[in-house]
Formats: sequence, structure tokens, C-alpha cells
Amino acid sequence: MASIRRRKAADSSTKEEEEKEIEEKEEDKDDKNKKNKKKKEEPSTGKDKKAKEKWSCVDSCCWLIGCICTIWWFLLFLFKAMPASFPQYVTEAITGPLPDPPGIKLRKEGLRAVHPVVFVPGIVTGGLELWEGHQCADGLFRKRLWGGTFGEVYKRPLCWVEHMSLDNETGLDPPGVRVRSVSGLVAADYFAPGYFVWAVLIANLARVGYEEKNMYMAAYDWRLSFQNTEVRDQTLSRIKSNIELMVTTNGGKKAVIIPHSMGVLYFLHFLKWVEAPAPMGGGGGSDWCSKHIKAVVNIGGPFLGVPKAVAGLFSAEAKDIAVARAIAPGFLDNDIFRLQTLQHVMKMTRTWDSTMSMIPKGGDTIWGGLDWSPEEGYSPGRKKQRNNDTQFSQSKNANYGRIISFGKDIAEAPSSEIEMIDFRGAFKGQNVANTTCRDLWTEYHDMGIGGIRAVADHKVYTAGSIMDLLYFVAPKMMTRGSAHFSYGIADNLDDPKYSHYKYWSNPLETKLPNAPDMEIFSLYGVGIPTERAYIYELSPSAECLIPFQINTSANGEDEDSCLKDGVYSIDGDETVPVLSSGYMCARGWRGKTRFNPSGIKTYVREYDHSPPSNLLEGRGTQSGAHVDIMGNFALIEDVLRIAAGAKGEDLGGDQLISYYNLAYYLSAECRLGPKRSVDLARKGNHIVFGRVF
Amino acid sequence: MVSSILRFRKLCYLEPAVRRSSSCSGGSAQKSSTETTKDDHDHDRHHNNFVVIEEKQRKRKSQQQQQRRQGSSWRCVDSCCWAIGCICTAWWVLLLVSQCLPATMPATESPGERLRREEGLVALHPVVLVPGIVTGGLELWEGKPCSYGLFRKRLWGGSFTKIFKRPLCWLEHLSLHNETGLDPPGIRVRAVPGLVAADYFAPGYFVWAVLIENLAKIGYEGKNMYMAAYDWRLSFQNTEIRDQALSRLKSKIELMYVTNGHKKVVVVPHSMGVIYFLHFMKWVESPPPMGGGGGPDWCAKHIKAVMNIGPAFLGVPKAVSSIFSAEGKDVSFLRAVAPGVLDSKLLGLQTLEHIMRVSRTWDSLISLLPKGGDTIWGNLDWSPEAVNSCDLDRKGNAQLSVGDRNLNHSDGTRGFQVKEPVKYGRMISFGKAASQISSSRLPSPDLKELLQLRSSASLNLSCGEVLTEYDEISRESIRRISMNKAYTAQNSFDLLRFVAPKLMQRAEAHFSHGIAENLDDPKYGHYKYWSNPLETKLPHAPEIEIYCLYGVGIPTERSYVYKQSPSDNCKSIPFRIDSSADGEPDSCLKSGVYFVDGDESVPVLSAGFMCAKGWRGRTRFNPSGIATYVREYRHKGPASLLEGRGIESGAHVDIMGNYALIEDVMRVAAGATGLDIGGDRIHSDIIRMSERINLQLAVGQAAEECKKCS
Repeated sequence: MASIRRRKAADSSTKEEEEKEIEEKEEDKDDKNKKNKKKKEEPSTGKDKKAKEKWSCVDSCCWLIGCICTIWWFLLFLFKAMPASFPQYVTEAITGPLPDPPGIKLRKEGLRAVHPVVFVPGIVTGGLELWEGHQCADGLFRKRLWGGTFGEVYKRPLCWVEHMSLDNETGLDPPGVRVRSVSGLVAADYFAPGYFVWAVLIANLARVGYEEKNMYMAAYDWRLSFQNTEVRDQTLSRIKSNIELMVTTNGGKKAVIIPHSMGVLYFLHFLKWVEAPAPMGGGGGSDWCSKHIKAVVNIGGPFLGVPKAVAGLFSAEAKDIAVARAIAPGFLDNDIFRLQTLQHVMKMTRTWDSTMSMIPKGGDTIWGGLDWSPEEGYSPGRKKQRNNDTQFSQSKNANYGRIISFGKDIAEAPSSEIEMIDFRGAFKGQNVANTTCRDLWTEYHDMGIGGIRAVADHKVYTAGSIMDLLYFVAPKMMTRGSAHFSYGIADNLDDPKYSHYKYWSNPLETKLPNAPDMEIFSLYGVGIPTERAYIYELSPSAECLIPFQINTSANGEDEDSCLKDGVYSIDGDETVPVLSSGYMCARGWRGKTRFNPSGIKTYVREYDHSPPSNLLEGRGTQSGAHVDIMGNFALIEDVLRIAAGAKGEDLGGDQLISYYNLAYYLSAECRLGPKRSVDLARKGNHIVFGRVF
Repeated sequence: MVSSILRFRKLCYLEPAVRRSSSCSGGSAQKSSTETTKDDHDHDRHHNNFVVIEEKQRKRKSQQQQQRRQGSSWRCVDSCCWAIGCICTAWWVLLLVSQCLPATMPATESPGERLRREEGLVALHPVVLVPGIVTGGLELWEGKPCSYGLFRKRLWGGSFTKIFKRPLCWLEHLSLHNETGLDPPGIRVRAVPGLVAADYFAPGYFVWAVLIENLAKIGYEGKNMYMAAYDWRLSFQNTEIRDQALSRLKSKIELMYVTNGHKKVVVVPHSMGVIYFLHFMKWVESPPPMGGGGGPDWCAKHIKAVMNIGPAFLGVPKAVSSIFSAEGKDVSFLRAVAPGVLDSKLLGLQTLEHIMRVSRTWDSLISLLPKGGDTIWGNLDWSPEAVNSCDLDRKGNAQLSVGDRNLNHSDGTRGFQVKEPVKYGRMISFGKAASQISSSRLPSPDLKELLQLRSSASLNLSCGEVLTEYDEISRESIRRISMNKAYTAQNSFDLLRFVAPKLMQRAEAHFSHGIAENLDDPKYGHYKYWSNPLETKLPHAPEIEIYCLYGVGIPTERSYVYKQSPSDNCKSIPFRIDSSADGEPDSCLKSGVYFVDGDESVPVLSAGFMCAKGWRGRTRFNPSGIATYVREYRHKGPASLLEGRGIESGAHVDIMGNYALIEDVMRVAAGATGLDIGGDRIHSDIIRMSERINLQLAVGQAAEECKKCS
């Protein structure tokens, strides 16, 4: 190499090329030398060239990846090196100073942790982890199957569905699979990374002095029926023992219970369970609740169920109960890839008994019949005017009572014109679906064409007849579920049959415990359109699909209509209609009623929804949505005050918005415009939710 | 692999230039460049023809010159990018492959699976796991502004990334209050609850995870397995005062007992958890307010067995050195976290000093100081292990069975006939000579005098910020300390009281390290005696079984050779282990530390004595005659890298992955008794050692007889 260089240098010096070129040449030569080396490695010049071409592509790919990686790392480094308070600083620079989080604000006021706090998470939000699984779930021991990143859904979807399902007959573990709820605060602080559920509330409680010893997450396996959580995991016993422990170790201060969503029903069940004698109950004695519980602060509680649950069970089309839909939005109906996601989801969710706890309770009395519904029962001023105009406008009012109707015309027709054909005796034909969808079993395949037709011919279903419908389309599930849940209204609460656990989670079939010092709060968001009734149609292609689907083409006449994409919506928190979350505290338990013989004080606190003003706010500090309300500062402040010892009266009693809204809302044909919040509490507390009592 | 990467790099150096020339200068240039490339080769080969192509070459040169002007700055960056890209891609491909591979390694069948398949073992008794010091995770609940964003994040355990990002902030939050031993104002750091508290210490470094997984295989889950996580920095009684940790543990055990069909629990404590649980057993039966008020039969009613893993019943000598000079080897894992920079004064890091300051606020360290004084640990001339042969690492042959060693014992003693037995009793000696000469030539300890000296010692104020308590000790008294030459277990306490007065004063209200003369003395009702097996009686529960499961066959620190630090820097710790003090190749002395048989942290003496002798049969420490079993596991390193930390390890923490041990635990949890699993299983010299310890054990012996022996 040295000799070559020398010679070349000499050559060039004889030519007109000057010294400055020498440098370059040397570089040149280095290049050449390298080329030589390469040549030695790959002797054939032709191949060499080809290789070069190929390489250049791979090279540039590599180069690109390298660049991206480097930039990514650099950004990551900057991000990591950034002081943690920077995002807040930017936000403040843009939006002006943020209000103090309630924890800091109240701490400045001198609030301190007093009462131990128990969280009861709702359906879906609690994490589940694997303790024992089939071969396909190797390496997932104690990893989250539900909650967290949901990485397994993508990697092994069928395996995942298999493990998340319960046994079809017992509603307990299938053989060889044990999936258990995650325990501790981590069970439901975040549902997925960055998607908080309880985390904000926990952080604020911690600011006033709460920590593990006086804060407890009553995590349970939300797929099971409530009594089965005790049978399989002894969850209710654990909750009892933990509440007792916390009351003892915190100087005898009673616990404040904060259930959310389905947790509300679960805790209602617990209240009855703990006082019932063993073996069915916890044997705590009839004064357990008054001794251990200061207040039950229900957040977004579906006391009377949610219409969404019906749609979920009927056609797996609920919007967010089945988060699974959100996880795979595009492929839902994709037959080509044989994904059949919806059917899988339906098959899986139908093994979950807990979904049945949310079926609307109280039948037509609460949810309205063919011609009336509590929401339209009282007429705001403007409607009266319209009544004077035409008869027609009356029928324009949504018939919320008809929870499922087949066809838009049916949903709007006066009841006298609807010809309903009883489906109950209808012959369930043989399985018409061909064998290709054998592997994917839903109970619809047992129904046959005849049954499906019969269901559609009945045209309209109210809350009462929906039970019959569900029994017809999903007999197995409903027989399993009816052993655990009941949906009626008790005529005589002293009937001894009501001591059975299946009535415990239905507020209309149980008495509240004898604990006059206890307080029950119902906190929920309002101002978001919430599913209330559905328009269905038969699916175009029979085959393996679910034979019914929401008729998304059914829309109201104008854009203000309550009917949109086949769904009638009403005021609520996006999941639970106001009626369900507010009725018990506003009326059913208010004062001394037969459901509340000891006169436990109840309070309704509503929070008007206002969406985040900009992206930086994340999910907002004034949200009223079902889950996002857990980050609502006003709600958190109320909870903190209660936990620090305040009574309902100290908070200002009731805080009602929906009554006014509802009036406004109907008159404006469902347009959810800006609203004024009205505190009706001081105006004599008159709530008119229909003609129930 | 390496060569191919090199080739890639070479290619990458070439390619950009060629590619650029071909792409930038269009068809003709491409032609010329290809020609020239070809020409170049000819050229190199034949050395003539040069003139012919000279013109072309010149053209090319000018082209390349331009290109290089643009390109030369690019090249390096380019190739860097390229290399990174290659590595990344390769990494991703490998990752993908590893993800696609079946998760099962062709490993040996885990004991859980085997026992379930072969013997039909199923979960029976609920299991309580009690983690030891250091292994439990700690998370932040309230902190100073510097800890912004760390709410409910792990400060201890997990990835430890916070140390690197904000080391001083981290240290501040992990410290406890210097006076009370509780939280400093404005800081709340709490134990992580649940099984996650100590399943993995750091990602991939299991502690309890293997045991948990195996238990799960035979049907255990959250409802019948409970991790009694506690804040291991606090003294045991303070975990109850601050967090009600003992009350929770009691309530959990009661709950599990009831919900699992009134099956008694099997408790599995590890390391310091062993003495924590000892404390619990006394606490739960003592009347409130000091105790849990469970009544005298609580333990008998709720506990089936206590399976102590790597128990530190009588303390560990390592605790002395770590308090004295923060130089313990793995109790203070910190040292491993920052190995290189330990002594780097240049950066002003003073890591060791910081560690010392922080760890001296942790009362729990005191619970690990050697208990029983000279009676157990030996005096200047005598130690229970003294005749023990130091063949542990000399032979490099850990498989050597006990039988062999016992047979060879005569050889060992023959070897020792020449030299003096190792004087393990001298826990701290200054200088190698002082650790070996006979006691008559040692100066007599005069620490009392030192303590007086301390009060009059003038503070060295030039140091400014006071880091450790050493800064308050004058050089003179430091010199006097080292003049004392040798300290036994007993007077090393005086030494510690002198060098760390605050810590010892605070902690000695919570722990005691003596031997009870009369266990019926009402003073032993105080909680500070509860964690010392030599000052408490076991509960009255004849049906309980107590197991001591520990590894043997690893050299374990037993006593130290110290020296004064050379540096006069007032902020440094004035003493350090004299790592230059080495014995002969086969001696027990290595780098200033005398080793003895044990599990790397706990010497056999501490782990085994209580089960082998102190509680064996019906003694005054065990009045109801609880059955005890010693199960030793001979250490065997992992055979290959694939095995990770080994399935036959005997090391203090790694033993939690030892299949034999796991099997024993599972059998007992599934209902077996100590005799069912084979009673004692002894490899070490523990029985001989115990015999040599002259400790009064007989029930109902009068106190005066005991005076004689102590």
C-alpha cells in the first residue's frame, strides 16, 4: 500500500497537478485500497456491481433507520432531561395559571385525612391477571390480561379470548384457567397507560395525608356475579376484614366508601351481604354498617341499570361497556379475514355474569311503557305550546320507553298502530347456519330463522318485555344470570324470599341497612347524550353474523333530534342516564321510604359536563363523562371534604342541574348547547321524575 | 458476526461516495466513474496505462473534489447513522425472533409442576411471605419539590433510574429522621404492598418470584398467598406505630385462616424477615397497647409452620462493618450500584459517606448486629468456628460432601496444628498482626475512656457541611480507636456507640443484643427484646414447626481487618477495610476479611444455631418444645449461563430459586410435617459449633447458674 501511494504521488507531481491535490489523492487511494480489499473478498466484478446496487438499497434503508433512531434517541434524551415540571410550565404559559388541584387547595385550608377510604371499582376498569392458563398463555404468569397495554390481544387474540371467558354453565373459571383480579391500588388506578381511572383521586387524597394504610382498593373480578366473587375468591370477606382493620387502625373512624359505576351495585350487594347471617352472608350482625361506614359516595352509579347493557347483550353493540370494540374498531364486521370480532366478543361477554347486573331494573314502572317514559312525563313550557299547534308534535317526542324497536317508523308510531306478534312460542328452527361458523358459537345459531323472524316481528320491546326477549335469545346466559340477579320491584319487602342474595344488588328489592347516621351520596355527570333506546334491524346477511344490528341509518329529521344513528339519547354521563344514577337518591330513598326504613340521608350532586378547553388539559378537569368524571376537580373536592369529615349538609346538600337541563333539553330537541347550572337544592327540592310514586 | 459488521462498515465508507457520484452527475458521469473504477483496478495491477487515462482521471478528480466538499462532512455522520441503523435492525430482528420463539425453554420441569403431576400436591395451607431487608420495594407518597412527578413511583427496587437522575434528592427521600427514626417532615415513603413488593428486586432479578410461581402451579393465588411487605428501614415496632404493619399482618393471617377453611398458615420469612416475624409472634400475643392483644394462644391457633429462609437469627458480622464504615458487601446493595466511583473525591461524590449518612438513619440495620456477644461469637482467643477448616474456596470444589469433609477433618486439624486457629472472635482488628497475635499481647480495651474523651473532643470545624458523625470525632480519638487493636462482638458495640452515638442511642431503644439470664424477668415484656431469640421465649404452641432453611458452602464474611484511611480529608470515613491483608493462599483471610462457611451473607452459626441447639427439644427459649428442623442446601453454582442464577444455589437471595428448597416449602404448605420431608439435613459443622457454645439452655435453671456461664 505504501509503495502504491509513493509511486502515485510521484506520478502526479510530474503532471500539472499540484500539491494540494496530493492530499485528495491520498484519500482517493485509501478508497481504492478499500475497493481492492473488497475486490479480494468478492472477486467477480459483475457480481460486485450487482452487490453494490443491492447494498445501496439496504444501506440507505439502514441509514434511514439509523437516522430515525438517532433522532428518536436524541428527542428521548431531551425529554428525559427535561425537568418534570416543564409541561406544566408550558400549559400555564398558554392557558394561564391552572387552578390548584383540589388536594393542594384543601390542604391549604387545613384539611387532613380523617376517615379511611375504600374504593370500589366498576366493571371493565379493574385489571385482571393470569394465575394459571393453557399452553398458549405460557410466560404470562401474573401478567395483566385485562388493563395495561392489552399487548396480548394483538399477539394471541384467540388465546386471550379463551382465557378471558368464563365457564358457560357455572359462570366460574373454565377448567385449567385461573384469571384473578389484580390487588391493591394498582388494580384500577390506570386502566391503560396514561388513561387514569382512580389515579387522580388517589393523588389528591394523598396530598391531604392518605396512604396505603387508610386507602383501600376493593378490587374484585368484575366478570363474576357478585355472590360468586365471594364463593370463588372470598372477595366480600376480604373487603369486610379490610374495612374492619382500617377502622380499628385509624382510631375508630368509620370508613368512607367510594364506589364507581358497577361498583355501586357491588357495594349495595356488600351492604346486604355483610349483615346477612352466614353462610350466605358475612355474619357481621345488623349494626355492622352503622358501626363501620360513614358515607357511601356513589360515583356515576347505574342503580337502575343502563339501557346500554341491553344492546350489549342483545347484539354486542354497546359503545363502551365492551371496550373490545374500541380496541379493534375497523375490523368489526370484516368477514373477509374471518375475524368475526363481534361474535367473539359476544361469546366472551355472554359468559360474564356481571353484565347482567346492569340490565334495566324496575321494568316499565321505571323505564316507561310503550307510550310514556319518565323523561317525557313532565312537559316543559315550550312543549305545551306545541301541543296546541298540532297533534303531530306529540309523536315527535321520542318514545324512550321503547328500548328496542325494529324500524324507525315503529319507534315513532302510536302504540295502537303497532301490531305485536308474540314471539315466545315461536318455533326455534334448526341451526341454519352452515358448518363454516361452527367453531364460533353464539346462542343465535340455535335460534334458527324462525326464531329470529319472530323476534323481529314483535316490533317493540319495553324494559319489561326486554327480559323476555333476552330469555328468548340467550336462554343459557339468562338462566345462569337469573340465579344471581333480579330486576323487579318488590311489592312487599318483608317477604322472606328477599333475603336471597340475588335481590341484594337491586335497590328496588332491598332495604337499606339500619344505619341512620350513614349518608348516601350520588355523584354523577350530566350534559352528555346517553344511550337510552335503540332502533334495530335484521342483519342483511344471515350466515355467521349476529342476526340483529343497530340501524345506524335511522336519524332524526333535523340534527337536533334525539335520534342519531339508530340510538335515542338522553341526558346522562355518556353511559348512565340521569334516571338511573339519580332516581334512588333523589326519590326512592329520600326521607323515610320503604326502601330506606331508617331514613338514611341521601344527597344528589350533579356535575355539568364541560369538555376540556384544549388538548393540553387531557381529559379535562370539569368533565362529566362516566369515567373522566373521576378527574373532575369539583367532584374530587367533594369527595375529599367528605373523607375529611364533612357531612352532606356541609357540602351544600343537593346540587341539581339535570332537572333544568332536561327541560331545556327536550324543548330544544336534544341539542346540547351551553347550559346554566342551577342549584335547585334551595328551591324546595322538587324533582319530578315521572309518575312512579 | 464481528467480521461481517466490519465489512459492513467498510462498505458503508465506500458506498456513499460511489452512489453519490452515480446519482448526482447523470449518465455520462456514471459511465466515467464506472470506467474509472475499472481503470483503477487495472492501474493497480499493471502500473502503466496511467498516462492514457490521465485525462479521464483528472475529470473524475475534479468531480470527486466537488462531491467530497459536499460529502466529506457527511460521511462520518452517515456511516454512524448507518451503523446504528444496522444494529437497530439486527436488534429488532432478534427481538422478533425471540418473541416468536415458544416461550418455554427446554429447562428442567419446575418443582411445582412436578409435584402436582407426580404427587398430586394441591394448595392447602395459606402462605405468608415475609421479605427481608433491602429486597422490598419502597414508593413515594409525599416528597419535596425535587421529587416532582414521582408520586407512587418506586424509589427503591425496580430500575433505580431515579438514583442516576437526581441522586441527592433520592438520598434525601430515603433517609429517615435522625432523632425519631420515622419520616422526616414533608416526606412519606412507604412500602409497596402486595406480591409485587418483593417478587423482583430489579427487573430480571427475582427474589420471591420463583417461589410464587411454583406455589401458583399447585393452586395458590392472591387469596391464599400474602406478602407481608413492611418498610424495612424502620425498627420493627415502628412499622406498627407508623403503618400498623403488624396489625395488618395479624388481620390478614386471621382472614386467610378463616376464608381457607380454618387451615393454619405457613409463614415463609426470609433474611431479616425472620427476626421481624419473631417480633410479630411476641407482639401478637402481648396485650395492647404495646402488643396486638391476640391472646396467648394466637400463634398456636393460626400458625402451622415457620419456614425461615436464610435466617439471620443471631445477626450478621457484615452489619458491623456496614455501620462502622459502610463497607458491607451486599447488604448495602448500594455499593454495587455505584462500584467505580466510590472513592472518587475528584467529583466530590463521596458516595460512601452519603451512603453511610443515609443508612445510619435506618434503625433496622441495628437488628442485624451480632447477638449474644462473646458467648456466641467468641472472644479474643476463642470462637465456635475456630477449628473449622477454610477449604471453602481454596478447593474450589463446592460439591465436596459433608461426609468427606467430616472425614477429612483430622487432616484439617493436622494442618492447623502448625498454625494458630483463626481468631474469628476478633470481629474487628486493626492490622493483620492484631488479628493473629495472642491475646496477651493485645492492649486492653479502654473504650470507657474514649467515651469520656469524646465529650471533650474539639470539633473540627473546617469541614463545613457535616456528612457523617465521623466529622464530629477528633483525629485523636480516631487514633485511639485504632490503637485498641481488636474488638470482639461485645465490645464492638462500645465501638459503634462511640462512632455512631445517635444511631445506637435511637436504635437500642428498639433492639437488644444480649442473652437473657432469667427469661421470666418482667423487663422482657418490652418490645425491644422481641426480635432477639436469646431474650424471648417462643410462643406456647407445641404444634408449630420451625424450620431453618439456608445455604452453605459459600465463604461468608465473619471478621474484618481494618486500617485507618490514608487521606486526611475530614469528610472521609476514617476507617476502611485493609484490603491488602491477605493470608496464605489457603487461608480464610482474603482482602482484609476473614471468611467462614455460610450463604454469603449469614454465617452458618447465625442461621443454624437456634434450630440446631438453642430451640432444639425443650429449652428455656422454647418452653413448649416446638419442633425445629435444620435443612441445609449445599451451594452449587449455575452450570451454564442459561440457568441464570441457578437452581441449586445456596446464596442468600438466590436460594429462593433453589428447587430443593422450593420443594420443601411446597410440601409443607401442602400439609407435610417436618418428618415427612426428611427431618434434618445437615452439611455443615453446625452441630459441632453449637456444641462448643456454652449457653445455658435447660428449662427452669436458676439464674445464678447462668451467671457462671456468662
